[in-house]
Amino acid sequence: MKAIVNVSLKAGVLDSQGKAVHHALDSLHFEGVKDVRVGKQIVLQLDETDKDKAMQEVTKMCEEILANTVIEDYEIELV
Amino acid sequence: MKVSILQFPGTNCDYDTQYAFEKLGAQTEIIWHKSETIPADTDLLVVAGGFSYGDYLRSGAIAKFSPVMKAVSAYASNGGKVLGICNGFQVLTEAGLLPGALKRNDGLHFISKHHMLKVENNDNNFLKKLDNGDLVNIPIAHHDGNYFIDQDGLKELYANKQVLLTYCDEKGSVKNPNGSVDSIAGVCNKEKNVFGLMPHPERAMELVLGSDDGLKMLQGFLES
Repeated sequence: MKAIVNVSLKAGVLDSQGKAVHHALDSLHFEGVKDVRVGKQIVLQLDETDKDKAMQEVTKMCEEILANTVIEDYEIELV
Repeated sequence: MKVSILQFPGTNCDYDTQYAFEKLGAQTEIIWHKSETIPADTDLLVVAGGFSYGDYLRSGAIAKFSPVMKAVSAYASNGGKVLGICNGFQVLTEAGLLPGALKRNDGLHFISKHHMLKVENNDNNFLKKLDNGDLVNIPIAHHDGNYFIDQDGLKELYANKQVLLTYCDEKGSVKNPNGSVDSIAGVCNKEKNVFGLMPHPERAMELVLGSDDGLKMLQGFLES
């Protein structure tokens, strides 16, 4: 099973990289972009075949290391 | 006075820190991160600056799982004095020994220059040789020095006098190089035995190199 973890800054935390990318899109005349958030994607290949167990395990990984929950949120997708 | 200095793969301020504390008359020892203990006679433990583990994932994120960090947590929870400088500050926030987090500088650039700092609270072992409102000229060198803490956490920092230093200009007015909340450059824990700051006092030990203001900052630790 594969786990795709998306980590991004929390809603209230200023995302300077997102802001810079937004600025760049503006200067390239891409209109209609309301907001840009830049995050990172971590892809894990797992031995686990049970979805619930995998979710539990990856959640633990996110809490302990993959995300810094003081400033970041994470989303887990299992495929 | 014995100062133990942590060394991770990628630490690069270990020998500067050693030089600084030896100049002040302390005995020093460099501790490799694989060590599961720290010397029993340690009076101050310094997590030196650099790029531990190449700053992979997040600055300080991997270092917090090094074998030595368990000993660091135990040392701190027994009241031992710990100082994290730059990457050391990032490691201590990642390890949960200091509140808040450090994110990418607002301008997205790596900043390396001298910067003025204002002493906000000297009621602690670190800054007791200085007065509140004193200005010091200390180099900064970081990419992820943008201190963040949520509003509740910030209130608590002020209530407990945990804000140690803020960035300012020559006159002491707020000047924020990296987007830190309230221009905060350094904080301590509630118990005031764990200290962290992004600027490098160990690089300000000689006038010929631009400033020796680091002397009076680090001296505080040498006098009990």
